[in-house]
Amino acid sequence: MHVTVWVNDQEYTRYVEPRLLLVHFLRDELDLTGTHWGCDTSNCGTCVVLMDGEPVKSCTVLAATAAGHEIRTVEGLERGGVLDPVQQGFTEEHGLQCGFCTSGMMLTARALLDRNPAPTDEEIREAISGQICRCTGYATIVRSIRWAAEHATEEVSG
Amino acid sequence: MQVPAPFEYQRATSVDHALELLARLGPEARLLAGGHSLLPMMKLRLAAPEYLIDLDGLASELGYVREHPTTSGPPAIRSGSPPARTSGSPCDELRIGAMTRHRELLESELLATRLTIFRDAEQVIADPVVRNRGTIGGALCQADPAEDLSAVCAAVDARMVIRGPEGERVVDMRDFYRGPYETAVGDGEMLVEIRVPLLDASGSAYEKVNRRVGDWAVAAAAASVSLTRGTIERAGIALTAVGAAVKSTDAEEALSGRPPSDELFAQAGALAAAACSPASDQRGSAEYKRHVVGVLTRRALRRATARALLEVERCT
Repeated sequence: MHVTVWVNDQEYTRYVEPRLLLVHFLRDELDLTGTHWGCDTSNCGTCVVLMDGEPVKSCTVLAATAAGHEIRTVEGLERGGVLDPVQQGFTEEHGLQCGFCTSGMMLTARALLDRNPAPTDEEIREAISGQICRCTGYATIVRSIRWAAEHATEEVSG
Repeated sequence: MQVPAPFEYQRATSVDHALELLARLGPEARLLAGGHSLLPMMKLRLAAPEYLIDLDGLASELGYVREHPTTSGPPAIRSGSPPARTSGSPCDELRIGAMTRHRELLESELLATRLTIFRDAEQVIADPVVRNRGTIGGALCQADPAEDLSAVCAAVDARMVIRGPEGERVVDMRDFYRGPYETAVGDGEMLVEIRVPLLDASGSAYEKVNRRVGDWAVAAAAASVSLTRGTIERAGIALTAVGAAVKSTDAEEALSGRPPSDELFAQAGALAAAACSPASDQRGSAEYKRHVVGVLTRRALRRATARALLEVERCT
């Protein structure tokens, strides 16, 4: 079947099997490999992308369902060569070691800050509670997101 | 890589369209709501439907939580905007569309004030990202024995509106839940709405034990209590993940007509624990789960009653 999906403000049409999951559509059809593919069981959250601005686990959404929705992946966080404050925050506060969970964490953080520009640490922890990091113990991730909240209005250069 | 078996995909544009598709495609068709139960089952080949009818486009038609006024009698369901609520008009029922997502249930002010049990449960269902997709209708129709909303709906005497080619029928949870993964929704039918009575001087609560965020319950207890002149007029108790026939009738009967007290709640907890039939598995032994049921039932009753008393205070 033909599927047309908006990804990072661009329209893509591909001929795919109906059973194709959004994560594989992004990675294999569009070569957007910044979205990672982990547990396959909607537990780990490394495949999180934004669907109409809200985080979803792309291993548990059909590409066909995503048609008609706006998808944003980690490749779409940076705008015109300028990093999103969330990306800058992960750099400043050492929010990653291996980087496998990072794209999902950053997208959930973006959605959180869009709804709640000044979250408490508890709210940050709640927001990322569906995502697993095996390196950092979460402390630096929480600090990275807090950094982004505190620097939301500043010009952040890549 | 876990991928579902091949299927043909259809996208429903309305409830009527979904019913037409179900009628045309026959019993090998399945409805896809939020997909967070069905797609994992399809990946594991526990489900392999020939046709999938995606209800994603019905998220606005069937995504709502609203009060239903007692005074006027508009049709229960119709497409388009909900009937405007007259300020101050008495409402005896709350209606939830089947495609209402977990997150919307969690954030509903109406549920938080009138049926707090939904907020209790939604805080501990899966995780925030999963709650962005999963729906109440999908969860109830999947009827996983460890799923939370079946017990919640049973405890508050919710009724399920099932629509099919012959029209609508309304069943209570006792008839709806037929056992693990089996409900009263027949071929060619779909669940469209959940109706919950709004009772005066009432409170409700949900208590769950799980091992970590997002995991299924080890055990959970749902309770609702309505008070009249200092005694319990009616109580609803239902359990999750312990092989119970959803409702704990013995415990409910023990509470009816008696003044609330911790001793009474402990007695009801013991009755609920005795009547359930948990299985030993990686989440705990049957003995441990039975113990947890007793404790959680007591706690849920205590919180439900405290909320009912607050409600009484507010209204007097």
